[in-house]
Amino acid sequence: MTNVISELKKDYLYNLFLKGERADGRTFDQYRDFSVERNLISKAEGSALVKLGSSQVLVGVKMQPGEPFPDTPNKGVIITNAELVPLASPAFEPGPPNETGIELARLVDRGVRESKAIDLEALCITPGKQVWIIFIDVHILDDCGNILDASSIGAIAALLTTKVPASKFGLGEDYPLPVKDIPLATTAIEFGDVIMFDPDSDEESIANTKLTVITKADGSICGMQKSGTGVLKEEQIYRIVDIACEKAKEIREKFLEE
Amino acid sequence: MKMIAMDESNISFFKEGLRLDGRRADEFRPLKIEVGVLARADGSCYVEMGGNKVIAAVYGPREVHPRHLQEVNRAIVRCRYNMASFSVEERKRPGPDRRSHELSKVSREALEPVIFTSYFPRSVIDVFVEVLQADAGTRTAGINAASVALADAGIPMKSMISACAAGKVADTIVLDPMKEEDNFGQADMPIAMTPTGEITLLQMDGHLTTDEFHQAMAMARKGCRDIYEIQRNSLIERYNQLGAELPVVQEAEVV
Repeated sequence: MTNVISELKKDYLYNLFLKGERADGRTFDQYRDFSVERNLISKAEGSALVKLGSSQVLVGVKMQPGEPFPDTPNKGVIITNAELVPLASPAFEPGPPNETGIELARLVDRGVRESKAIDLEALCITPGKQVWIIFIDVHILDDCGNILDASSIGAIAALLTTKVPASKFGLGEDYPLPVKDIPLATTAIEFGDVIMFDPDSDEESIANTKLTVITKADGSICGMQKSGTGVLKEEQIYRIVDIACEKAKEIREKFLEE
Repeated sequence: MKMIAMDESNISFFKEGLRLDGRRADEFRPLKIEVGVLARADGSCYVEMGGNKVIAAVYGPREVHPRHLQEVNRAIVRCRYNMASFSVEERKRPGPDRRSHELSKVSREALEPVIFTSYFPRSVIDVFVEVLQADAGTRTAGINAASVALADAGIPMKSMISACAAGKVADTIVLDPMKEEDNFGQADMPIAMTPTGEITLLQMDGHLTTDEFHQAMAMARKGCRDIYEIQRNSLIERYNQLGAELPVVQEAEVV
Protein backbone atom coordinates (compact mmCIF):
# COMPACT_ATOMS: atom_id res chain seq x y z
CA MET A 1 0.00 0.00 0.00
CA THR A 2 2.84 2.41 -0.63
CA ASN A 3 3.04 4.98 -3.36
CA VAL A 4 4.62 3.76 -6.55
CA ILE A 5 7.47 5.96 -7.66
CA SER A 6 9.66 5.35 -10.69
CA GLU A 7 13.33 4.57 -10.31
CA LEU A 8 14.13 7.54 -12.56
CA LYS A 9 12.31 9.96 -10.31
CA LYS A 10 13.87 8.41 -7.24
CA ASP A 11 17.29 8.90 -8.76
CA TYR A 12 16.48 12.48 -9.74
CA LEU A 13 15.30 13.34 -6.23
CA TYR A 14 18.28 11.67 -4.63
CA ASN A 15 20.71 13.62 -6.79
CA LEU A 16 18.93 16.82 -5.87
CA PHE A 17 19.23 16.01 -2.17
CA LEU A 18 22.96 15.46 -2.57
CA LYS A 19 23.18 19.00 -3.94
CA GLY A 20 21.13 20.23 -0.98
CA GLU A 21 18.03 20.88 -3.06
CA ARG A 22 14.43 19.73 -3.20
CA ALA A 23 12.22 19.27 -6.24
CA ASP A 24 9.93 22.16 -5.31
CA GLY A 25 12.81 24.50 -4.46
CA ARG A 26 12.33 24.47 -0.70
CA THR A 27 15.21 24.27 1.80
CA PHE A 28 15.40 21.11 3.91
CA ASP A 29 13.70 22.64 6.93
CA GLN A 30 11.17 24.74 5.06
CA TYR A 31 7.48 23.99 5.35
CA ARG A 32 5.11 24.31 2.43
CA ASP A 33 2.67 27.22 2.64
CA PHE A 34 -0.36 26.37 4.64
CA SER A 35 -3.75 27.81 5.27
CA VAL A 36 -6.51 27.09 7.73
CA GLU A 37 -10.18 27.68 7.00
CA ARG A 38 -12.37 27.49 10.04
CA ASN A 39 -15.99 26.53 10.65
CA LEU A 40 -16.75 25.20 7.19
CA ILE A 41 -19.10 22.57 8.52
CA SER A 42 -22.01 24.18 10.27
CA LYS A 43 -23.36 20.84 11.50
CA ALA A 44 -20.16 20.25 13.45
CA GLU A 45 -19.36 21.96 16.75
CA GLY A 46 -16.00 22.96 15.32
CA SER A 47 -14.15 22.32 12.09
CA ALA A 48 -11.06 23.29 10.14
CA LEU A 49 -9.79 22.63 6.65
CA VAL A 50 -6.02 22.65 6.49
CA LYS A 51 -4.13 22.94 3.24
CA LEU A 52 -0.46 22.18 3.63
CA GLY A 53 0.97 22.55 0.15
CA SER A 54 -1.43 20.46 -1.90
CA SER A 55 -2.34 18.18 0.99
CA GLN A 56 -5.82 18.76 2.33
CA VAL A 57 -7.21 17.59 5.60
CA LEU A 58 -10.62 18.35 7.04
CA VAL A 59 -11.09 17.95 10.78
CA GLY A 60 -14.52 18.02 12.37
CA VAL A 61 -15.31 18.11 16.08
CA LYS A 62 -18.61 16.82 17.43
CA MET A 63 -19.62 16.85 21.06
CA GLN A 64 -22.31 15.08 23.02
CA PRO A 65 -22.97 14.20 26.63
CA GLY A 66 -22.12 10.66 27.66
CA GLU A 67 -20.75 8.47 30.40
CA PRO A 68 -17.25 9.13 31.75
CA PHE A 69 -14.62 6.40 32.04
CA PRO A 70 -14.82 4.76 35.49
CA ASP A 71 -11.24 5.78 36.33
CA THR A 72 -11.81 9.45 35.46
CA PRO A 73 -15.37 10.11 36.69
CA ASN A 74 -15.04 13.92 36.60
CA LYS A 75 -13.28 14.35 33.27
CA GLY A 76 -14.54 14.75 29.74
CA VAL A 77 -13.58 12.18 27.12
CA ILE A 78 -11.61 12.67 23.88
CA ILE A 79 -12.10 10.21 21.04
CA THR A 80 -9.99 10.68 17.93
CA ASN A 81 -10.55 8.94 14.63
CA ALA A 82 -8.94 9.23 11.23
CA GLU A 83 -10.33 8.18 7.89
CA LEU A 84 -7.95 7.63 5.02
CA VAL A 85 -10.65 7.57 2.39
CA PRO A 86 -9.79 6.21 -1.08
CA LEU A 87 -10.55 9.55 -2.70
CA ALA A 88 -7.41 10.99 -1.11
CA SER A 89 -4.72 8.78 -2.60
CA PRO A 90 -4.27 5.83 -4.96
CA ALA A 91 -2.64 4.07 -2.01
CA PHE A 92 -5.72 4.23 0.23
CA GLU A 93 -8.27 1.47 0.14
CA PRO A 94 -11.79 1.31 1.46
CA GLY A 95 -12.45 -0.70 4.57
CA PRO A 96 -11.61 -0.49 8.26
CA PRO A 97 -8.66 1.74 9.22
CA ASN A 98 -5.27 0.12 8.65
CA GLU A 99 -2.12 0.58 10.73
CA THR A 100 -1.24 3.90 9.11
CA GLY A 101 -4.68 5.33 9.79
CA ILE A 102 -4.71 4.11 13.36
CA GLU A 103 -1.22 5.46 14.02
CA LEU A 104 -2.20 8.84 12.57
CA ALA A 105 -5.30 9.08 14.74
CA ARG A 106 -3.43 8.00 17.84
CA LEU A 107 -0.68 10.56 17.25
CA VAL A 108 -3.17 13.40 16.80
CA ASP A 109 -4.90 12.18 19.94
CA ARG A 110 -1.61 11.98 21.85
CA GLY A 111 -0.82 15.62 21.02
CA VAL A 112 -4.16 16.90 22.26
CA ARG A 113 -4.21 14.64 25.31
CA GLU A 114 -0.62 14.79 26.55
CA SER A 115 -0.31 18.55 26.13
CA LYS A 116 -3.40 18.85 28.35
CA ALA A 117 -4.66 21.32 25.75
CA ILE A 118 -8.26 20.78 26.75
CA ASP A 119 -9.45 21.38 30.27
CA LEU A 120 -11.20 18.04 30.65
CA GLU A 121 -12.36 18.73 34.18
CA ALA A 122 -14.33 21.71 32.92
CA LEU A 123 -16.23 19.24 30.73
CA CYS A 124 -17.79 17.34 33.61
CA ILE A 125 -21.56 17.70 33.81
CA THR A 126 -22.48 15.34 36.69
CA PRO A 127 -19.45 13.60 38.27
CA GLY A 128 -19.49 9.87 37.57
CA LYS A 129 -22.65 10.15 35.47
CA GLN A 130 -22.40 12.56 32.63
CA VAL A 131 -19.51 14.34 30.95
CA TRP A 132 -18.91 15.88 27.53
CA ILE A 133 -17.47 13.57 24.93
CA ILE A 134 -15.38 15.21 22.23
CA PHE A 135 -15.11 13.38 18.94
CA ILE A 136 -12.23 14.58 16.79
CA ASP A 137 -12.66 13.17 13.30
CA VAL A 138 -9.82 13.61 10.84
CA HIS A 139 -10.84 13.26 7.23
CA ILE A 140 -7.96 13.14 4.77
CA LEU A 141 -9.10 14.65 1.46
CA ASP A 142 -5.88 14.84 -0.52
CA ASP A 143 -2.65 13.12 0.50
CA CYS A 144 0.25 15.01 -1.05
CA GLY A 145 2.50 14.19 1.85
CA ASN A 146 2.83 14.92 5.56
CA ILE A 147 -0.85 14.51 6.36
CA LEU A 148 0.08 13.98 10.00
CA ASP A 149 1.28 17.55 10.58
CA ALA A 150 -1.70 18.85 8.60
CA SER A 151 -4.04 16.76 10.78
CA SER A 152 -2.42 18.01 13.95
CA ILE A 153 -2.83 21.64 12.84
CA GLY A 154 -6.40 20.83 11.79
CA ALA A 155 -7.29 19.18 15.09
CA ILE A 156 -6.20 22.07 17.28
CA ALA A 157 -7.66 24.63 14.87
CA ALA A 158 -10.99 22.83 14.93
CA LEU A 159 -10.92 22.57 18.72
CA LEU A 160 -10.20 26.30 19.00
CA THR A 161 -13.38 27.03 17.04
CA THR A 162 -15.49 24.50 18.94
CA LYS A 163 -18.55 25.65 20.86
CA VAL A 164 -19.88 23.28 23.50
CA PRO A 165 -23.47 22.64 22.32
CA ALA A 166 -25.03 22.87 25.78
CA SER A 167 -28.33 24.38 24.67
CA LYS A 168 -28.96 21.54 22.23
CA PHE A 169 -29.03 19.12 25.17
CA GLY A 170 -30.83 21.41 27.61
CA LEU A 171 -27.69 22.05 29.64
CA GLY A 172 -27.63 25.85 29.57
CA GLU A 173 -25.98 28.25 27.19
CA ASP A 174 -23.41 27.28 24.56
CA TYR A 175 -19.86 28.25 25.49
CA PRO A 176 -16.46 28.00 23.78
CA LEU A 177 -14.45 24.87 24.47
CA PRO A 178 -11.73 25.62 27.05
CA VAL A 179 -8.44 25.20 25.13
CA LYS A 180 -5.24 25.91 27.07
CA ASP A 181 -2.39 24.95 24.77
CA ILE A 182 -1.55 24.55 21.11
CA PRO A 183 0.21 21.22 20.55
CA LEU A 184 1.73 20.81 17.10
CA ALA A 185 3.27 17.83 15.37
CA THR A 186 6.37 18.42 13.28
CA THR A 187 7.57 15.64 11.03
CA ALA A 188 10.93 15.06 9.37
CA ILE A 189 12.21 12.27 7.18
CA GLU A 190 15.73 10.92 7.05
CA PHE A 191 17.26 9.83 3.79
CA GLY A 192 20.95 9.08 3.36
CA ASP A 193 21.82 11.34 6.30
CA VAL A 194 19.70 14.14 4.87
CA ILE A 195 17.04 15.43 7.27
CA MET A 196 14.06 17.00 5.59
CA PHE A 197 11.00 18.59 7.13
CA ASP A 198 7.44 18.52 5.82
CA PRO A 199 8.05 15.86 3.15
CA ASP A 200 5.76 15.74 0.13
CA SER A 201 4.45 12.36 -1.02
CA ASP A 202 7.39 11.61 -3.36
CA GLU A 203 9.88 12.42 -0.61
CA GLU A 204 7.88 10.29 1.80
CA SER A 205 7.97 7.32 -0.52
CA ILE A 206 11.75 7.27 -0.93
CA ALA A 207 12.60 7.82 2.73
CA ASN A 208 12.25 4.91 5.05
CA THR A 209 12.45 6.72 8.36
CA LYS A 210 10.25 9.42 9.78
CA LEU A 211 10.30 11.17 13.12
CA THR A 212 7.40 13.16 14.48
CA VAL A 213 7.92 15.49 17.41
CA ILE A 214 4.90 17.03 19.14
CA THR A 215 5.65 20.23 21.03
CA LYS A 216 3.67 22.50 23.31
CA ALA A 217 3.52 26.30 23.23
CA ASP A 218 6.25 26.53 25.92
CA GLY A 219 8.68 24.59 23.71
CA SER A 220 8.59 21.36 25.72
CA ILE A 221 7.99 18.00 24.09
CA CYS A 222 4.73 16.16 24.71
CA GLY A 223 4.97 13.34 22.19
CA MET A 224 7.30 11.65 19.77
CA GLN A 225 7.12 8.81 17.32
CA LYS A 226 9.58 7.26 14.96
CA SER A 227 8.04 5.34 12.12
CA GLY A 228 9.33 3.50 9.10
CA THR A 229 11.80 0.71 8.67
CA GLY A 230 15.05 2.63 8.94
CA VAL A 231 17.28 3.65 11.81
CA LEU A 232 18.12 7.04 13.29
CA LYS A 233 21.32 8.13 14.99
CA GLU A 234 21.13 9.94 18.27
CA GLU A 235 22.59 13.16 16.80
CA GLN A 236 20.00 13.05 14.03
CA ILE A 237 17.23 12.83 16.59
CA TYR A 238 18.60 15.79 18.56
CA ARG A 239 18.87 17.77 15.35
CA ILE A 240 15.29 16.98 14.41
CA VAL A 241 14.00 17.85 17.89
CA ASP A 242 15.80 21.22 17.84
CA ILE A 243 14.50 22.23 14.43
CA ALA A 244 11.05 20.81 15.24
CA CYS A 245 10.73 23.12 18.24
CA GLU A 246 11.61 26.12 16.07
CA LYS A 247 9.29 25.13 13.24
CA ALA A 248 6.38 24.50 15.59
CA LYS A 249 6.92 27.96 17.04
CA GLU A 250 6.79 29.50 13.56
CA ILE A 251 3.62 27.59 12.67
CA ARG A 252 2.04 28.54 15.99
CA GLU A 253 2.80 32.21 15.44
CA LYS A 254 1.44 32.17 11.93
CA PHE A 255 -1.56 30.27 13.14
CA LEU A 256 -2.42 32.65 15.97
CA GLU A 257 -2.07 35.64 13.66
CA GLU A 258 -4.96 34.57 11.49
CA MET B 1 -10.18 0.28 33.45
CA LYS B 2 -10.38 0.62 37.21
CA MET B 3 -7.51 2.23 39.02
CA ILE B 4 -6.75 3.06 42.57
CA ALA B 5 -7.77 6.63 43.29
CA MET B 6 -4.35 8.24 43.13
CA ASP B 7 -2.86 11.01 41.11
CA GLU B 8 0.56 12.58 40.74
CA SER B 9 -0.11 14.93 43.63
CA ASN B 10 -0.62 12.44 46.45
CA ILE B 11 1.80 9.67 45.58
CA SER B 12 5.45 9.75 46.51
CA PHE B 13 7.61 7.91 44.03
CA PHE B 14 10.79 7.95 46.08
CA LYS B 15 11.61 6.80 49.58
CA GLU B 16 15.08 7.71 50.83
CA GLY B 17 16.28 8.17 47.28
CA LEU B 18 15.00 4.78 46.12
CA ARG B 19 11.94 3.96 44.04
CA LEU B 20 8.81 2.19 45.28
CA ASP B 21 10.30 -1.21 44.43
CA GLY B 22 13.70 -0.33 45.87
CA ARG B 23 15.44 0.46 42.58
CA ARG B 24 17.75 3.36 41.91
CA ALA B 25 16.66 5.82 39.22
CA ASP B 26 18.93 4.28 36.58
CA GLU B 27 18.19 0.61 37.27
CA PHE B 28 15.90 -1.62 35.27
CA ARG B 29 13.77 -4.37 36.78
CA PRO B 30 15.09 -7.93 37.01
CA LEU B 31 15.32 -9.32 33.50
CA LYS B 32 15.12 -13.01 32.67
CA ILE B 33 15.50 -14.31 29.14
CA GLU B 34 14.98 -17.89 28.07
CA VAL B 35 15.71 -19.01 24.50
CA GLY B 36 13.93 -21.74 22.53
CA VAL B 37 10.90 -22.26 24.72
CA LEU B 38 8.50 -23.39 21.99
CA ALA B 39 8.89 -26.60 20.01
CA ARG B 40 6.86 -25.77 16.90
CA ALA B 41 8.21 -22.30 16.24
CA ASP B 42 11.40 -21.78 14.23
CA GLY B 43 12.63 -19.50 16.96
CA SER B 44 11.22 -18.46 20.29
CA CYS B 45 12.01 -16.59 23.46
CA TYR B 46 10.42 -15.96 26.83
CA VAL B 47 11.13 -12.72 28.65
CA GLU B 48 10.29 -11.69 32.16
CA MET B 49 10.94 -8.08 32.99
CA GLY B 50 9.62 -7.13 36.37
CA GLY B 51 5.97 -8.21 36.30
CA ASN B 52 5.91 -8.52 32.51
CA LYS B 53 5.73 -12.02 31.09
CA VAL B 54 6.08 -12.06 27.34
CA ILE B 55 6.65 -14.80 24.83
CA ALA B 56 7.77 -14.30 21.23
CA ALA B 57 7.81 -16.76 18.34
CA VAL B 58 9.28 -16.47 14.87
CA TYR B 59 8.11 -18.47 11.86
CA GLY B 60 9.88 -18.39 8.53
CA PRO B 61 11.18 -17.41 6.13
CA ARG B 62 8.11 -19.14 4.71
CA GLU B 63 5.63 -18.78 1.88
CA VAL B 64 3.46 -15.65 1.95
CA HIS B 65 -0.27 -16.00 2.36
CA PRO B 66 -2.16 -14.19 0.90
CA ARG B 67 0.14 -14.30 -2.13
CA HIS B 68 -0.47 -10.75 -3.32
CA LEU B 69 1.49 -9.52 -0.31
CA GLN B 70 4.72 -11.06 -1.51
CA GLU B 71 7.60 -8.89 -2.68
CA VAL B 72 9.78 -10.05 -5.57
CA ASN B 73 13.04 -8.71 -4.18
CA ARG B 74 12.79 -9.26 -0.44
CA ALA B 75 11.02 -10.99 2.39
CA ILE B 76 8.23 -9.11 4.13
CA VAL B 77 8.23 -8.93 7.89
CA ARG B 78 4.97 -9.19 9.80
CA CYS B 79 4.56 -8.61 13.49
CA ARG B 80 1.55 -9.25 15.68
CA TYR B 81 1.51 -7.90 19.22
CA ASN B 82 -1.30 -9.44 21.21
CA MET B 83 -2.35 -9.23 24.83
CA ALA B 84 -3.95 -12.18 26.55
CA SER B 85 -7.32 -11.18 27.98
CA PHE B 86 -6.15 -12.22 31.47
CA SER B 87 -2.90 -10.27 31.27
CA VAL B 88 -4.28 -7.08 32.78
CA GLU B 89 -6.18 -6.11 35.95
CA GLU B 90 -9.55 -5.82 34.23
CA ARG B 91 -10.22 -8.42 31.54
CA LYS B 92 -9.24 -7.18 28.10
CA ARG B 93 -11.54 -7.97 25.23
CA PRO B 94 -9.73 -10.56 23.13
CA GLY B 95 -8.46 -9.60 19.69
CA PRO B 96 -6.60 -6.61 18.35
CA ASP B 97 -7.59 -3.10 19.39
CA ARG B 98 -6.19 0.19 18.16
CA ARG B 99 -3.37 0.16 20.66
CA SER B 100 -2.15 -3.28 19.64
CA HIS B 101 -2.33 -2.32 15.96
CA GLU B 102 -0.01 0.57 16.66
CA LEU B 103 2.32 -1.51 18.81
CA SER B 104 2.47 -4.22 16.13
CA LYS B 105 3.50 -1.57 13.62
CA VAL B 106 6.20 0.08 15.73
CA SER B 107 7.55 -3.29 16.88
CA ARG B 108 7.86 -4.46 13.30
CA GLU B 109 9.60 -1.25 12.37
CA ALA B 110 11.92 -1.65 15.34
CA LEU B 111 13.05 -5.09 14.14
CA GLU B 112 12.95 -4.89 10.36
CA PRO B 113 15.93 -2.51 9.94
CA VAL B 114 18.38 -5.21 11.10
CA ILE B 115 16.93 -8.14 9.15
CA PHE B 116 18.55 -9.04 5.82
CA THR B 117 15.20 -9.29 4.07
CA SER B 118 16.79 -9.30 0.60
CA TYR B 119 18.11 -12.83 1.25
CA PHE B 120 14.59 -14.28 1.08
CA PRO B 121 12.58 -12.87 -1.82
CA ARG B 122 8.87 -13.76 -2.03
CA SER B 123 8.76 -14.99 1.53
CA VAL B 124 7.58 -13.79 4.92
CA ILE B 125 9.12 -13.68 8.35
CA ASP B 126 6.35 -13.73 10.93
CA VAL B 127 6.95 -12.46 14.43
CA PHE B 128 4.30 -13.11 17.07
CA VAL B 129 4.44 -11.47 20.46
CA GLU B 130 2.04 -12.65 23.15
CA VAL B 131 1.80 -10.69 26.36
CA LEU B 132 0.83 -13.14 29.11
CA GLN B 133 1.12 -10.71 31.98
CA ALA B 134 1.41 -6.96 31.63
CA ASP B 135 3.14 -4.61 34.05
CA ALA B 136 4.21 -1.48 32.12
CA GLY B 137 6.76 -1.79 29.35
CA THR B 138 5.25 -4.68 27.42
CA ARG B 139 6.29 -3.36 24.00
CA THR B 140 9.95 -3.13 25.00
CA ALA B 141 9.82 -6.56 26.65
CA GLY B 142 8.16 -7.86 23.46
CA ILE B 143 10.83 -6.37 21.22
CA ASN B 144 13.61 -7.79 23.41
CA ALA B 145 11.98 -11.21 23.19
CA ALA B 146 11.34 -10.94 19.45
CA SER B 147 14.93 -9.97 18.72
CA VAL B 148 16.25 -13.04 20.56
CA ALA B 149 13.62 -15.24 18.89
CA LEU B 150 14.75 -14.00 15.46
CA ALA B 151 18.32 -14.95 16.31
CA ASP B 152 17.11 -18.31 17.62
CA ALA B 153 15.29 -18.87 14.31
CA GLY B 154 18.57 -18.31 12.51
CA ILE B 155 17.32 -15.26 10.61
CA PRO B 156 20.34 -13.34 9.25
CA MET B 157 20.52 -10.01 11.04
CA LYS B 158 22.96 -7.11 11.11
CA SER B 159 22.70 -6.97 14.87
CA MET B 160 20.39 -7.55 17.79
CA ILE B 161 17.78 -5.03 18.92
CA SER B 162 17.49 -4.11 22.57
CA ALA B 163 14.70 -2.01 24.00
CA CYS B 164 13.81 -0.26 27.20
CA ALA B 165 11.91 2.80 28.34
CA ALA B 166 12.90 5.89 30.23
CA GLY B 167 10.32 7.94 32.07
CA LYS B 168 9.84 10.96 34.26
CA VAL B 169 8.34 10.85 37.74
CA ALA B 170 8.38 13.66 40.28
CA ASP B 171 10.61 15.63 37.88
CA THR B 172 13.24 12.86 37.95
CA ILE B 173 14.26 10.80 34.94
CA VAL B 174 14.01 7.08 35.67
CA LEU B 175 14.83 3.94 33.71
CA ASP B 176 12.22 1.27 32.95
CA PRO B 177 9.14 2.75 34.66
CA MET B 178 6.95 0.29 36.52
CA LYS B 179 3.14 0.36 36.56
CA GLU B 180 2.71 3.10 39.18
CA GLU B 181 5.36 5.29 37.59
CA ASP B 182 3.87 4.76 34.16
CA ASN B 183 0.29 5.50 35.23
CA PHE B 184 0.98 8.49 37.42
CA GLY B 185 4.29 9.72 36.05
CA GLN B 186 4.95 12.69 33.81
CA ALA B 187 6.46 11.03 30.74
CA ASP B 188 7.16 7.67 29.15
CA MET B 189 9.66 7.15 26.35
CA PRO B 190 10.24 3.64 24.97
CA ILE B 191 13.35 3.23 22.81
CA ALA B 192 14.89 0.36 20.86
CA MET B 193 18.37 0.38 19.38
CA THR B 194 21.20 -1.68 18.00
CA PRO B 195 24.27 -2.27 20.20
CA THR B 196 26.00 0.51 18.25
CA GLY B 197 23.28 2.98 19.14
CA GLU B 198 21.25 3.18 15.96
CA ILE B 199 17.71 3.91 17.06
CA THR B 200 14.93 1.83 15.55
CA LEU B 201 12.07 2.69 17.90
CA LEU B 202 11.37 5.98 19.57
CA GLN B 203 8.07 6.96 21.09
CA MET B 204 7.30 9.50 23.74
CA ASP B 205 4.29 10.78 25.55
CA GLY B 206 3.96 13.10 28.48
CA HIS B 207 6.04 16.18 29.12
CA LEU B 208 9.79 16.60 28.73
CA THR B 209 11.98 19.64 28.28
CA THR B 210 14.78 19.30 25.74
CA ASP B 211 17.35 18.85 28.54
CA GLU B 212 15.28 16.13 30.18
CA PHE B 213 14.95 14.47 26.79
CA HIS B 214 18.74 14.33 26.39
CA GLN B 215 19.04 12.91 29.90
CA ALA B 216 16.36 10.29 29.21
CA MET B 217 18.10 9.33 25.98
CA ALA B 218 21.41 8.80 27.75
CA MET B 219 19.77 6.69 30.44
CA ALA B 220 17.84 4.57 27.93
CA ARG B 221 20.99 4.10 25.85
CA LYS B 222 22.83 2.62 28.80
CA GLY B 223 19.81 0.48 29.68
CA CYS B 224 19.65 -0.95 26.14
CA ARG B 225 23.36 -1.69 26.23
CA ASP B 226 23.01 -3.70 29.46
CA ILE B 227 19.96 -5.52 28.12
CA TYR B 228 21.94 -6.41 24.99
CA GLU B 229 24.55 -8.20 27.14
CA ILE B 230 21.82 -10.24 28.82
CA GLN B 231 20.24 -11.14 25.47
CA ARG B 232 23.62 -12.15 24.08
CA ASN B 233 24.48 -14.28 27.10
CA SER B 234 21.13 -16.06 26.98
CA LEU B 235 21.80 -17.06 23.37
CA ILE B 236 25.34 -18.20 24.11
CA GLU B 237 24.15 -20.23 27.06
CA ARG B 238 21.41 -21.88 25.02
CA TYR B 239 23.69 -22.87 22.16
CA ASN B 240 26.52 -24.06 24.41
CA GLN B 241 24.02 -26.31 26.09
CA LEU B 242 22.75 -27.60 22.74
CA GLY B 243 26.34 -28.28 21.66
CA ALA B 244 26.93 -30.37 24.78
CA GLU B 245 23.77 -32.39 24.17
CA LEU B 246 24.63 -33.29 20.58
CA PRO B 247 25.21 -37.01 20.12
CA VAL B 248 28.71 -38.03 19.12
CA VAL B 249 28.60 -39.19 15.52
CA GLN B 250 30.33 -42.55 14.99
CA GLU B 251 32.43 -42.77 11.90
CA ALA B 252 31.02 -45.34 9.52
CA GLU B 253 33.28 -48.27 8.83
CA VAL B 254 34.37 -48.56 5.24
CA VAL B 255 34.16 -52.14 4.08
